[in-house]
Amino acid sequence: MSAIVFAGSAQFTAISILAQGGGAGAAVAAAALMNSRFLPMSAAVGPSFSGGPIRRALKGQAVVDHSWALSSRGDGTFDEHLLLGASAIAYVTWVSGTAVGALWGDALGDPDKLGLDAIFPAFFFGLLLNELRSRRARGVAALGTGIALALVPFTPAGVPVLVASLAALVGLTRRARADVRERQEAEGEPR
Amino acid sequence: MSTGAMTIVGCALVTAAIKAAGPVALGGRELPTWFTSVVILLSPALLAALVATQALAEGDQLALEADTGGVAVGGLVIWRSGSIVACVLAAATVTAALRAL
Repeated sequence: MSAIVFAGSAQFTAISILAQGGGAGAAVAAAALMNSRFLPMSAAVGPSFSGGPIRRALKGQAVVDHSWALSSRGDGTFDEHLLLGASAIAYVTWVSGTAVGALWGDALGDPDKLGLDAIFPAFFFGLLLNELRSRRARGVAALGTGIALALVPFTPAGVPVLVASLAALVGLTRRARADVRERQEAEGEPR
Repeated sequence: MSTGAMTIVGCALVTAAIKAAGPVALGGRELPTWFTSVVILLSPALLAALVATQALAEGDQLALEADTGGVAVGGLVIWRSGSIVACVLAAATVTAALRAL
């Protein structure tokens, strides 16, 4: 599963639904919901990829949270090579880690006992800190947090995070757009 | 096909389609300002929501648990030191220690 889906949160979502006794349809739907964030993410990266439609579609497969966030230049463009490189490393470690876990997982004992479940949020926290340079970004992060936490008790897993992305619509305000335009002009028409 | 296999194949197809759609539909075109403006803010919104739900939610409940403390310490570490490795190690260690209590 790690080798062909390559989207951790969706994999975990699908598996937890199967574990609760849900069917394949429900598991795939939830995973798709969880993965729908890749739609705006890969659309954002699209113009930064070189090559024809097929090559870009293939490169789009490399988009995952960390490589996407790492390669973002913060002005709406992305470092294509950094993204592909980061994803290649992540892919190898993700697949080999899954294999190690499947083969020797029982020997490790309970991963919760080792605190391993705290690693993902801590890692995302580090990436988040990088993104909070502007006051607007901090406001959006707070809004996204609020939306997500408010929805947790009422919606299936995955939905709160998805809806929280609506906080980014703050970017539609006239002030936000003016700031983007100003920055693009200051940098001399990026790409 | 078993339920597990169907889930895996289904996830693979859906994920590939989603990831391919963006670059093909928009590739090579200049993005409108409003789009760029929203996309810049997408990652703080999504990352904050991921951190909050992973650290504070257990299933459909909000709960302060060991991993909440671990992530908080990890956040402090990266804020002070800037090292993501130290942050992740601290988060896991504190979470494990709190659970061992």
